[in-house]
Amino acid sequence: MSSADYSAVMARRNAIMKSAVGLDYSRFESGGIGFDYEGLMASTGLSMQDVLAVMKDFNVGNTPLLELKNITALARKYAPEGRGARILVKDEACNPSGSFKARRAALSVHIAKKLGYKGVITATSGNYGAAVASCCAKAGLRCIVVQECYDSTGTGQPEIIEKARKCEALGAEVIQLSVGPELFYVFLRLLEETGYFNASLYTPYAIQGVESLGWELARQCEAQFGRQPDAVIATNAGGGNLTGTARGMMKAGCRAPLIAASVDLSGLHMASDGQFNRKSFTTGHTGFGMPFTTWPDRSDVPRSAARPLRYLDRYVTITQGEVFYMTEMLAVLEGMERGPAGNTSLATAFSIAREMPGDALLIVQETEYTGAGKHQNAQLDFARKQGIEIRIGNPKDQVPGRSIILPEHPGQVEAKDLDLSRLRRSLLGRALDGAAEMPGEADLDFLARETNADPAFVKTSIQQILEDRHETTR
Amino acid sequence: MAKKGDWVRLSAVILAPGQRAPQVPEDTALVPLVQWVKGWLEEDAGIGQPARVRTRTGRLMEGILVEETPAFSHSFGSFIPELLTVQQGIKEALWRREGRP
Repeated sequence: MSSADYSAVMARRNAIMKSAVGLDYSRFESGGIGFDYEGLMASTGLSMQDVLAVMKDFNVGNTPLLELKNITALARKYAPEGRGARILVKDEACNPSGSFKARRAALSVHIAKKLGYKGVITATSGNYGAAVASCCAKAGLRCIVVQECYDSTGTGQPEIIEKARKCEALGAEVIQLSVGPELFYVFLRLLEETGYFNASLYTPYAIQGVESLGWELARQCEAQFGRQPDAVIATNAGGGNLTGTARGMMKAGCRAPLIAASVDLSGLHMASDGQFNRKSFTTGHTGFGMPFTTWPDRSDVPRSAARPLRYLDRYVTITQGEVFYMTEMLAVLEGMERGPAGNTSLATAFSIAREMPGDALLIVQETEYTGAGKHQNAQLDFARKQGIEIRIGNPKDQVPGRSIILPEHPGQVEAKDLDLSRLRRSLLGRALDGAAEMPGEADLDFLARETNADPAFVKTSIQQILEDRHETTR
Repeated sequence: MAKKGDWVRLSAVILAPGQRAPQVPEDTALVPLVQWVKGWLEEDAGIGQPARVRTRTGRLMEGILVEETPAFSHSFGSFIPELLTVQQGIKEALWRREGRP
């Protein structure tokens, strides 16, 4: 029997993952910084038509693309003359489990069944748990969902508790944990014990599943509006939503810029017991968005298939209060109760649409289901009970973990741009690790793709990083 | 006293404070990593006593019995007056300017 000791289990992680995802990542490695990303993605052997067939089999996808005419009209009242793009939304809440994550789960569960696994495990506090539970229910596979849910006083985040309920309602076993990154240790032990498939959010299957979303939105936009969208906004956390959407759009021949949006939770530590319940958003925030964008391989598989910096053209943040506000707006102006977390991209769209010409098409690529625990009323009540100040004012005055400020008027919904060069340099620094020399041509080429930047920028940035290191070690 | 076969919830300490991962922040390092599971009780047990359950996937798990017939009680929360104000403001911003009620 192998040791269950923390460090012993962590040391076995690559071997455990290899048998739990049915994929040998080592054959894509180059021995240097880079690896064969496209080779990894192609290893599923599935075409877009195959992916769409799997989606259909699980009753996933083909969600409607809706025009939000009232929200557009309101945005135009707060925009310069002639500005205010038409805002469209892909109503992903219509998926069986209530979010786009169904696409990610469908392909993973399909593969798990095909490879002969008896069950599937996933580690998530988000909508992905319900998505995997839903697909397992349909495929007749066993399902375990591992959640980070409570702080040390036993107080649970209501949104996560609702997700536990939904997973159980769909027949899954839910294992709940207190705060801490050692969730991964529990997860690894479970994989070893059960021999189930790891429905990681970061395998090529998961990302290829999301490609169906990018594909669909491009095709639907063409069919309904006679042309491609002018921009698409996706919420960014682990990077899979963005990566899959971008790849799917490209496969459909759509070259519209892709804008990433995250809720600003700067200053809060994601692994802190004391700060865990001081945030109202459990995903879609900078606490995941930043680290995963600048270092994708921190995920639960050796090489993440979600590599957002390759695909994003712009990255913005928005505050919790603005997203709650837009969730109310979606309800009272469009008659749609969704979110709130899934409305991060909608809140961003309300800001960015006002920069764009009036005849432009701007797609918000998701919505998610709402309900007890998740609803903005539940979230704000919980936040207030945790001592967070809730008020109406200027959302720019918010301090994550201390206050949530709902805008006084729609004009105050304004996304804030992040410096992409800084994110790119941060990725390069991580990729270099301890290296003291300029990487070879193959690795430089990989890093240029990885950062979606020109080779000259990559080379100059690396030179700078190496010089800075030399300075500090002297 | 819960009976064998009852649906219950257990808690268990997975890592004690001294065993936490080296990278956790100070406040997290001071508390244990706790796990909660649900299942059918294998033998009679009372609240606060060690117990074993058979989970939904048929696995045996051990812990301390913390709840009998566990249920969900999360809700939509108490009244948040700010949300009502915001709703009214949004409707007015669009419709009143267009001359509608």
